[in-house]
Amino acid sequence: MKISALIFLLLLFAGFSYFMARQKITTAYRLHKNKHRILTLPKYFGYVAALSALLPALMVLLIMQVAETPYVNSEIESYISTTNIEASEDLGLYLNEIKSADTAEKISALSDDKQLVYQRYSEIQATSERTITVVVLSLSILMVIWGLKFINTDTPARKVFEKIIEGVLLLAASIAILTTVGIVFSVLFESTRFFGEVPVLSFMFGTEWSPQTAIRADQVGSSAAFGAVPLFVGTMLISFIALMVSVPLGLMSAIYLSEYASNKVRSLTKPVLEILAGIPTVVYGFFAALTVAPFIRDVGESLGLSVASESALAAGLVMGIMIIPFVSSLSDDVLSAVPQSLREGSLGLGATHSETIIKVLIPAALPGIVGGVLLAASRAIGETMIVVMAAGLAANLTVNPLEAVTTVTVQIVTLLTGDQEFDSAKTLAAFALGLMLFVTTLILNVIALHVVRKYREQYE
Amino acid sequence: MNNTDLVKNGLKKRYLKERMFKLMGLFSIATAILFLFILLTDIISKALPAFYQTQIVLEVNIDAERLNLNTNSDEADMMNADFRLVIRDALLATFPEVTKRADKRALYSLTSMGAEFQLRDLVMSDPNLLGSTQTISFIADDDVDAVVKGSIDRHLPEKDRRINNQKLFWIDKLASQDQIQTTFNWNFFSNGDSREPEMAGIRGAILGSFYTLLVTLALSFPIAVAAAIYLEEFAPKNKFIDFIEININNLAAVPSIVFGLLGLAVFINFFSLPRSAPVVGGVVLSLMTLPTIIIASRSAIKAVPPSLREAALGLGASKMQAVFHHVLPASMPGILTGTIIGMAQALGETAPLLMIGMVAFIVDIPQSVTDPSTVLPIQVFLWADSPERGFLEKTSAAIMVLLFFLIAMNAIAIYLRKKFEKKW
Repeated sequence: MKISALIFLLLLFAGFSYFMARQKITTAYRLHKNKHRILTLPKYFGYVAALSALLPALMVLLIMQVAETPYVNSEIESYISTTNIEASEDLGLYLNEIKSADTAEKISALSDDKQLVYQRYSEIQATSERTITVVVLSLSILMVIWGLKFINTDTPARKVFEKIIEGVLLLAASIAILTTVGIVFSVLFESTRFFGEVPVLSFMFGTEWSPQTAIRADQVGSSAAFGAVPLFVGTMLISFIALMVSVPLGLMSAIYLSEYASNKVRSLTKPVLEILAGIPTVVYGFFAALTVAPFIRDVGESLGLSVASESALAAGLVMGIMIIPFVSSLSDDVLSAVPQSLREGSLGLGATHSETIIKVLIPAALPGIVGGVLLAASRAIGETMIVVMAAGLAANLTVNPLEAVTTVTVQIVTLLTGDQEFDSAKTLAAFALGLMLFVTTLILNVIALHVVRKYREQYE
Repeated sequence: MNNTDLVKNGLKKRYLKERMFKLMGLFSIATAILFLFILLTDIISKALPAFYQTQIVLEVNIDAERLNLNTNSDEADMMNADFRLVIRDALLATFPEVTKRADKRALYSLTSMGAEFQLRDLVMSDPNLLGSTQTISFIADDDVDAVVKGSIDRHLPEKDRRINNQKLFWIDKLASQDQIQTTFNWNFFSNGDSREPEMAGIRGAILGSFYTLLVTLALSFPIAVAAAIYLEEFAPKNKFIDFIEININNLAAVPSIVFGLLGLAVFINFFSLPRSAPVVGGVVLSLMTLPTIIIASRSAIKAVPPSLREAALGLGASKMQAVFHHVLPASMPGILTGTIIGMAQALGETAPLLMIGMVAFIVDIPQSVTDPSTVLPIQVFLWADSPERGFLEKTSAAIMVLLFFLIAMNAIAIYLRKKFEKKW
């Protein structure tokens, strides 16, 4: 039975169970002797009955559904190994071809061997589907019967119901942990496979990056090299340029808006900065690649400099502009948290406004500002689309902002888009880079959040 | 000299510094605004031509015999008929002097590859047209379009130009005979992607974005609200809850591409869900937007005054009833605002979707959440990579459409906030 139909049936059972339980309790209440001792509305009994019909069955359905694909795959594998059918090297691709045959035409287009496998596959598929249907539906029916039998006016229905809901809420909150665990495991798992092929040290400290593996063994010049140092340097170069643009501009904007600007100017300017923050990165990338980069190249050429058409400067500049609102809103928060008394004390002693800001406010707010800069740095390091569109692909080990460099994120995207088998060192390298990226940004975030929190507490 | 004089002598310099400092602040803001202005004008000026389309008006004799069709032909015959023939005849009739094979081929390329489908659809919708002579406006090739819009410089030497003198002569002649017209480019909004710039449209991408956001909303809204309620109202103070909070804060700052890696490893490779499908994209984006919505919802719930809860509890409601009947409805405007902002973020997101294969070239318009499709930002990315000049204006136009949706969503969020915001 199709999953949608199955779920629909379960909902039907739940609805039925709800009405029956409510009916039972309403009738019981009518005959109740001590009417003033009734504490729970009949609908709560209905809810409990409905949930007992629904939740266990849904959970079993979910587990079986997740387990189905691996089970079917392993069954077909064992079938193939018992017969003398020769499957191709990549079993996943082989199985995919068979599974995607859903029309009569496609089935007849399969080779004889594959038709045999296909038959076996449809049998297994049908059996597992039947098993799931029977198990889930019978569980649900059992729960309906059990619920209707045992629910009576003494059941603490509301408390049970609220406990269940609280559990569901807790589950929803725990998804954040699940996501983190998922991220860590997925990048870690593939990375360990990568580090099985390429030593960690040569990845971390190698200076040559050319992930193209040789297709033939005797091919010249395509021995894969996975030294990630050029990528790290490129990432840092572009992030550094971005920070050089965004930190002074963002900080000064925040100072002007919070300390100097009139209310009217502030209410007009803040939305503009917010628009800057809301523009998708792909738009910035397009602008960087098609407008800023050629402009910088032309300017450079007129000054007699040779500028690459995908210079790090262009990507860094545009990224810097993108981060301005981020830096500015963080610094704004931090500056407004400095107690008014510090400001007034300094002004009262005769300092000018700018002296107050430079000598009192900024030193007082420094930890918060540093935290904000760290967060901005982690944004810049993880930014993808601008560099994918405006930075280069070739891994040059250079710190010259006029040359093309590549970054970690660019390499992840180029390694994983396009057709290649999943198990090659090339694709696994992307996960190793992802791990580096995740760890770096995680460390930056943890430090930044810690610094900002410490700073806030100082003035509370 | 006493101290007063010392201070007075320094005053001028200090005031100058004060003014300089203020100017620096002004300069920073002006830079940001100037940049935004340049960005928008650059994109809009590049995009505007894309909303107009050049058409070539031809008098076509839809000769049934030439098409191998008759009045009894069914749909399959129509699909197989070569409508190019009659369009070519019409072009030749306009320029009878063209006789050489190579010239003929050049002449035929004045109209778009899509012209034959245009004619076919027309005839299929009204078979009576067979055998008649009609005046029809055909979509012009992207090079012709570029010449008419003036984006190809005619004064360049012929070898540096994308279009040769011969073609220019034809175009001028057509124009002088009023056979060239520009109309609003509806195709841009009704077509899917195409290799031909003049045929390419964003309908597929818009629908792909719509389905993806639908999945994202369906998953992230309930989960985020539930999580926010739990953390604000029910969570005990313990290590586990602290751990959840740390995780949420960190996830909000994890680079989006890492979520793409998660999606690729878990959903595509482990669960073997289909590549390029909005359902996978939606799941990945909802994981990404969850922290945003949770944080916004929490502050909305926190803003509800305790007196409301206490009143409900005092009247005998259970904690759960107080939250679901009173606190949640009161905080709904704030939660919705946060959700819309999260959705706007998801709409503009590109990198994680690249990882799960939504970057494929897809012509068909997706019909459901499992059809392979692409989304608006990725369409922008794909077109920006294309070498054809015609795609440049399409890219900018797609960006304008994307920005339009973003602005609309943010405007709704601001409206909601203004309308329902309560000062307790």
